Amino acid sequence: MNTIVIAIVLVSVIGILAGILLSYASKIFAVKEDQLFIDLRAELPGANCGGCGFAGCDDYAHALADKSLNTPCNKCAVGGPAVAEKLAGILGTNAGDTERKISFVACNGTNENAKKLYDYKGVTSCKAAKTLFGGVESCLYGCQGLGDCEKACKFDAIHVCDGVATVERDKCTACGACVAACPQHLISLKPESSLVIVQCSNKDMGKAAMAVCKTSCIGCRMCERTCQHDAVHVTDNLAVIDPEKCVNCGACAEKCPKHCILNLSLKAKKVEEKTA
Amino acid sequence: MSQFGKIVIILVSMVLVDNYPLAQFLGICPFLGVSTDLDSAKGMGVAVTFVMTLATIVTWPVQQLLDKFGIGYLQTVVFILIIAALVQFVEMFMKKNMPALYKSMGIYLPLITTNCAVLGVCISNIDKGYTYAESIAQAFGGGIGFWFALTIMAGVRSRLVDQSRIPKSFQGVPIVLTTAAILSLAFMGFQGMFG
Repeated sequence: MNTIVIAIVLVSVIGILAGILLSYASKIFAVKEDQLFIDLRAELPGANCGGCGFAGCDDYAHALADKSLNTPCNKCAVGGPAVAEKLAGILGTNAGDTERKISFVACNGTNENAKKLYDYKGVTSCKAAKTLFGGVESCLYGCQGLGDCEKACKFDAIHVCDGVATVERDKCTACGACVAACPQHLISLKPESSLVIVQCSNKDMGKAAMAVCKTSCIGCRMCERTCQHDAVHVTDNLAVIDPEKCVNCGACAEKCPKHCILNLSLKAKKVEEKTA
Repeated sequence: MSQFGKIVIILVSMVLVDNYPLAQFLGICPFLGVSTDLDSAKGMGVAVTFVMTLATIVTWPVQQLLDKFGIGYLQTVVFILIIAALVQFVEMFMKKNMPALYKSMGIYLPLITTNCAVLGVCISNIDKGYTYAESIAQAFGGGIGFWFALTIMAGVRSRLVDQSRIPKSFQGVPIVLTTAAILSLAFMGFQGMFG
């Protein structure tokens, strides 16, 4: 009987002591958490992907709560416009321009289109392959197709299909992980509304570009001449479309002799026709 | 043998021979969970070493108290209570006074509150009949051993698991467990040393 009493008393005493110590400590060591921070953090998705450029959601919320920093509230790539609006509501500011962005791979060098330089059997990494004679593709600018971007993507949105990385536009959250991972710098974030995009990064002169890939941009300026909105320009032997001026008419994509300009609106139409 | 010699042997054997995750299979969950990259392995390793040492410093005297009242068998209950309270306390203390350290260790500290390796080291101190100094050496060595194992595992995983194409059925947990098993087999080679 006595041992039970001793056990109960001793364990309760230790428990109560610990409780008192903790409640006392929580007062002494209390760090004032800004109510603003708590509200902001609650709205963020908590994926901690770092797409906003801060070290996780907590860090971003801290930066937002500190109004002197004037951090824009549309940085969260995962939450998108919905979260940006909520954050703006809490902060009492304008949500700003939050058009959704999507990763785009500027290469169409599929196994069929692009010539391989050699048969690569090393570590499955684009970075590693690039150290060997500038990469497995004979095109120095092309996609290595070894999936560094695929491994970097946390959202299962980019995959290597037929030797070229391809983005699943629905799944992409524009966190920019693949942009950083690609050693060829082929991937960039494009606004969702730009549907006509140059799918090549080759800056070689026409003949050299033609030799390495069936769909390389040869810098012939056909697109530049076709465009009625002054949106396409060839710089460094590569066509570049200005998304601000482009109206997605797709005229350049039609005229391109090498078919290296992609018209996504056509693709979408085809899918619609198929499903209809 | 001198006291100092004993402590050195305890330290070395805790790192290599009686390594917590690889030879005693304690603390497996953080060992598998936080070993995805070297940075988090470092954070977790430091935090575990710190908490293990601190927990031993506190629980060893408490055991003497329990023994005095003849209720040494309650050590598990009491130790869990004390370790949990201690980790909470340390977390609050660090948040206030060492924000930089809190930022690097902060996310890992709550994970360790109920880590079986931490409780394991406290109980094994008592079971082996160690003195206060020896207990602290065992806890510190155990923490370093955990850190060591975690670092090896993280190194292997970042190379082998993430950079090579693994058959689909082996991806994820299966290959991690296989890696851990092979690592553990390798550490079996130390068995019997410093015995």
